[in-house]
Amino acid sequence: MNADLKKIPFLDEIPSIHTVFEPDRITKDVRPLAERQKQGNKIVKDLETAIRLSGLKDGMTISFHHHFRNGDYIVNMVMDRLAEMGFRGLVVAASSLTDCHAPLIKHIKSGVIRRIETSGLRGELGEAVSGGLMDVPVVFRSHGGRAYAIETGELPIDVAFLGAPSCDPYGNANGYSLESGGGVMCGSMGYAKCDAQYAKKTIVITDSVVPYPNTPCSIPETQVDYIVKVPKIGDPNGIMSGATRFTRNPKELLIAESAANVIMASGYFEDGFSFQMGSGGASLSVARFLRDKMAERNMKAGFALGGITGSVVDLFEEGLVKKILDVQSFDLKAAESVKKNRFHQQISASYYAGPGGKGSAVNQLDVVILSALEVDCDFNVNVLTGSNGVIRGAIGGHPDTAFGASVSIIVAPLIRGRIPCVVEKVNTVVTPGKTVDIVVTDQGVAANPQRADLLSRLKKSNIPLCTIEQLKEKAERIVGKPKPVEYTDKVVGVVTYRDGSVIDLIRQVKD
Amino acid sequence: MFVPGNNPGMIRDAGIYDVDSIMFDLEDSVSVGEKDAARFLVYEMLRTIDYHGKELIVRVNSPDTGTGLEDLRAMVSTRRVAIRLPKTECAEDVLGCEKKIAAIERERGIPEGSTRMMAAIESAVGVLNAKEIAFSTKRLIGIALGAEDYVTDLKTTRSADGTELLFARCMILQAARAAGIDAIDSVYSDVDNEEGFRSEVALIKQLGFDGKSIINPRQIKPVQEIYTPTKKEIDRSLAVMDAIEEARKKGSGVIALNGKMIDKPVVARAQRVLDLARAAGVLKQEDKNER
Repeated sequence: MNADLKKIPFLDEIPSIHTVFEPDRITKDVRPLAERQKQGNKIVKDLETAIRLSGLKDGMTISFHHHFRNGDYIVNMVMDRLAEMGFRGLVVAASSLTDCHAPLIKHIKSGVIRRIETSGLRGELGEAVSGGLMDVPVVFRSHGGRAYAIETGELPIDVAFLGAPSCDPYGNANGYSLESGGGVMCGSMGYAKCDAQYAKKTIVITDSVVPYPNTPCSIPETQVDYIVKVPKIGDPNGIMSGATRFTRNPKELLIAESAANVIMASGYFEDGFSFQMGSGGASLSVARFLRDKMAERNMKAGFALGGITGSVVDLFEEGLVKKILDVQSFDLKAAESVKKNRFHQQISASYYAGPGGKGSAVNQLDVVILSALEVDCDFNVNVLTGSNGVIRGAIGGHPDTAFGASVSIIVAPLIRGRIPCVVEKVNTVVTPGKTVDIVVTDQGVAANPQRADLLSRLKKSNIPLCTIEQLKEKAERIVGKPKPVEYTDKVVGVVTYRDGSVIDLIRQVKD
Repeated sequence: MFVPGNNPGMIRDAGIYDVDSIMFDLEDSVSVGEKDAARFLVYEMLRTIDYHGKELIVRVNSPDTGTGLEDLRAMVSTRRVAIRLPKTECAEDVLGCEKKIAAIERERGIPEGSTRMMAAIESAVGVLNAKEIAFSTKRLIGIALGAEDYVTDLKTTRSADGTELLFARCMILQAARAAGIDAIDSVYSDVDNEEGFRSEVALIKQLGFDGKSIINPRQIKPVQEIYTPTKKEIDRSLAVMDAIEEARKKGSGVIALNGKMIDKPVVARAQRVLDLARAAGVLKQEDKNER
């Protein structure tokens, strides 16, 4: 046979043919499924073993997802173990980091973590980074921008540590469990999907090993190397609340109603339209006002995208939304819907918002409702740093959806406490004004002059309009002009746009 | 809409809601220890915030007290507000307060008589004196029922159908109509009971009240919806006005519409429907001419 191989014509052009089949090389596994699952599987003894097997070395990049939000145990658990094992100079590339990740400060100080990539920082960690904790600046990426950086190799992941509420012995992992009985639940695992797909090694950490096959799944076994079972992966209370409640705050309701009126007047509120709404009080309530109008006009939305809340699920279950594309489930109702509704699909961050070009759901959006910490007179939006210049937020999908949607609407109170939300210049540009179309506040609506089409439609529909400058002046009349934040020259954060280009820098805040 | 005089956020935001009148309260919603701070706060806010031309009223403490007198001094000086007198029992209460207002106006060089007043009737004796109160001074723009104190005075409580308030409501309404001023109904405190609120608003609208006092912006929409005339009412009223116009052109004395005679009260009612429709924004000024 070996000799025959050489007789194959043009063998040099068929690179895959080089050896002859040998029956001795294969062994058929005849154990029953139940036994096989117990023995020949990917579950390793503990986290340390998985880390060793992954080949992780000092200076490499590890990744995490943030579907467990403020109830996440994975990041701290893994970092503590890596510190104990003596790792140094690691790059932490998380889809986002939040208040519960304050323990990372000690790992940064001790040199375990050299660099961070994330969508956002909050709490003590945000304050420490703004105060100049790190030598290398944190790189902030949007959800779409992160997916793009992973795909293009700009952000290569060596080992992904992905917490999963359920996983079978071969690595089919999901954000919920089909088995009966409690456990944590996060619904969609959209941000983890890119990590699993592109990481050199993927370790799934779960508290619930379920029988094979754990399908439908978020992460398929073909992308998983090792599985670690731990007693707890997160605190269900921090991961998600029940159904997100509609606000009773009259000001938020007023803003929501104005935003709904703007959508209806925008010319994009047609049968089959698509939308994304945030989880904030005002944007949640927009869904309620739209619901009434959709029912009144007997129309349906083609799809809803995004971070999904129970209020969007309500619309879906009422038949007012045909499909849901879900990169992240914001509440228990949304998570349960992922589990039970066939047309409520989990999508990856790349599918959601990647700017790569083959496809991105944000590009099919008609309307997006977004929040803001600050908007400026050029319509630039800041969702990352507070009025004191300290990092206290996350980019999320803000610039992705603002770019993709035909109409991007920012909802914000004109003033929070004594802090104006419409200002001359934002502290940090996250979403460029060129992609922001309308700003809805409790004290008036301003449309971007670049959108003459929207302006004329809003005028025709009697939406009371003012200019963004008028909003800024109104805010200043009430709370005065804020004193500029004082920074040092040290760059502590690099804010990237979706394509990886640098849109702004965050500097160390002076004490 | 009542706005507590000690809540800066609420005072700042009051102007963003679609109400006819904003009433800053220095009386019952402010504890004794906060009276001075609240007065100062409302005074400064009135000088700072744009309330988009809405009617502004301040409920002061009883002018017979030192606190009430201070309230009057500060609020009259703003030249922006009407004064709501609490717990008015007789015409003398109004006149006593008016005298104090007039003195402040003279002292501050404010045209005498320019500060308007409103009186809240909150007791059995006040209800019985409603007529005298309503006619007491030209400054008075309206009288209002304060139901919580009133039912306590009656030794009863508020019920869902408001039977216990019927007499007071009718007295106040007759008095206001006779004097040609506004009649405003009491607040409905159970903010979460929208159904109960709606049925009360429907009742007081049917009785003839000009409006309802509210304590939360969430109560605005129900009041507006109930007070906004229906399309049918508006169309009928426009038809009445058209018929009048036509008859006037023809010089015809007796006017009929769809076989029914149109007399003066019918016209007055039609006019009120159209006024309400315009105020609610469902009918524009020019609509009548277009038809």
